Amino acid sequence: MRAEGSHMTGGARLAWICGGLLVILSVVVLGSLLVGAAPVAPATVFELITGRGPGQGTERTVVLAIRLPRIAAAVLAGAALAVAGAGFQGLTRNPLADPSILGVSGGAAFGVVLGQVSGLGQGIVEALGLTALGFAGALVAGVAVYLIASSAGGLPVHTLLLAGVIVGIFFSAAITVLISIVDTNRLGGVIYWLLGSVAPIPPAALGVFALATAAGLWLVLGQARALNLLALGDEGALELGVDAQRVKRRVFAGAALLTGTVVAFVGPIGFVGLVVPQALRMLLGPDNRVLVPAALLAGGAFLLVADTLARTVVAPAELSVGVLTSFCGAPVFIWLLRSRAGRTSP
Amino acid sequence: MTPLCEFRHVGFAYPVGAHGRPPFEIRDLSFSLAPGEVLGLIGPNAAGKTTVIRLLSRVLDPSRGEIFLAGRPASRLGRAAVARQVAVVPQDVPQGFPYTVEQLVLMGRFPHAPGRFFESREDLEIAREVMAITGVETLAAEALDRLSGGERQRVVLARALAQRPRLLVLDEPTAHLDLRYQAECVALLRRLHKDDGLGILLVSHDLNMAAEVSDRLLLMAGGAAVSAGTPEDVMQESVLEAVYSCRVVVDKHPATRRPTVNVVWPDGR
Repeated sequence: MRAEGSHMTGGARLAWICGGLLVILSVVVLGSLLVGAAPVAPATVFELITGRGPGQGTERTVVLAIRLPRIAAAVLAGAALAVAGAGFQGLTRNPLADPSILGVSGGAAFGVVLGQVSGLGQGIVEALGLTALGFAGALVAGVAVYLIASSAGGLPVHTLLLAGVIVGIFFSAAITVLISIVDTNRLGGVIYWLLGSVAPIPPAALGVFALATAAGLWLVLGQARALNLLALGDEGALELGVDAQRVKRRVFAGAALLTGTVVAFVGPIGFVGLVVPQALRMLLGPDNRVLVPAALLAGGAFLLVADTLARTVVAPAELSVGVLTSFCGAPVFIWLLRSRAGRTSP
Repeated sequence: MTPLCEFRHVGFAYPVGAHGRPPFEIRDLSFSLAPGEVLGLIGPNAAGKTTVIRLLSRVLDPSRGEIFLAGRPASRLGRAAVARQVAVVPQDVPQGFPYTVEQLVLMGRFPHAPGRFFESREDLEIAREVMAITGVETLAAEALDRLSGGERQRVVLARALAQRPRLLVLDEPTAHLDLRYQAECVALLRRLHKDDGLGILLVSHDLNMAAEVSDRLLLMAGGAAVSAGTPEDVMQESVLEAVYSCRVVVDKHPATRRPTVNVVWPDGR
């Protein structure tokens, strides 16, 4: 695959990879439309999504008002998380970085809970407000982690992970305090939300979600080539004419925006940002110009599969999708940590 | 002829370090490097050699004086413009992510079109050409972390040549090379600067290698220039003994008649 790729131009290779992933994503979307707690015949589903189905009725509501918006939310969340993960990994030169591991999700969750307890609901203005609060929380947490980890000089891997864990714990404690003060009865619901779960989102809010994801993607992808050079270290990148500080600021802002948005709409889903870019890097190599677009599509497909499983395996009850991704992601993280340790020790 | 680079009374001090140690300083440093010239920058540890590289590549900006590149003040050039003139060959390259040799060499094309998303066909041709020059074209698809130290060194040199610089800065170029590759490396550098009028700043601990390859030497100690001139001028026993605080014997290389230096070890016979 890699030897073959070197004979193609970068653009042609990217087009082939994205085309393939787009096909996979379409298949997953179609599959997800067909399954659910309420039985709807495949023929009816096809009629409904092509606009030829009945004008009203339960089946129409199930497919178009429940399944479709939920699928859109899952794809957007997965895409945003995977791109944020790839961005954080490039930024910290560390393949173990991820919004949840770095504590950035925790900060975003605090911002969003702050918005919720002060009464922000589901309309478009509220959606914008929650996204902004999630973004602000993600920025604060990210800067805090960076300051803690860099005080030791450089950004050593284990210090970075530890700082992320500490900041994450701090914010989850802060969330608990916040909820306890306001309304202890809601604590259970918030804890469920903190695991991350996808629910159908109203069209207007879905629009906000899509726009914020596009903006974050633009910030990260626009720096993709320079982000590759950052792997040479700040000094190596500067010597090649890269404005390292500007690149880092943009990628950080983009990844934090993506994280904050996902947390505002579906909660802090863990490990997607770790597992998806890591798997893609093994298959496609570390070039961020290929990795970031591929993460967008593969992340969307990955979280949609997870969410479809979450709402079908124990139907009519539901699992939280965050639980599923954590079950899948934690072993991968441990394996990565072990293989890294194996490589660095003599 | 306009020098490729010129330091005019350059001063620089790092911010005050921990433990209240006085910060390291470059004091009133002036030198120039002409096209096609090889200047050897030598000196003991903490002489300021690495800081000179950082100043030249605009990783750091001088606090006093001015650096000129091809007659223009470097402070008025953008980063990419500096990187099109000055290419640094570092001692090694970090291997956190498994980039291939070709991907790394192509990174050298960044300053020529920082706005491009993918490299052009021309960039790819230049990368193939410099990989052939440095003898790493067969490794093009290999991941960096699977190469030996010597192979990586030649890959890093290829990346610097892909920048198509007018001035090549070599930071301890033979540190990871065995004798055979040291000789090949020196031959390669000679050919490059003869063919293209490439200027070379050779920063090295290896005084004999520097004296062998360089047209002129610049000896630094404690952030200031101590001596500059031909290898014969600089490689004086009294000068080297004062700077390195040890006894040395300067001789002539039996084959090339260039000066060579040997340490007289304490407790020697």
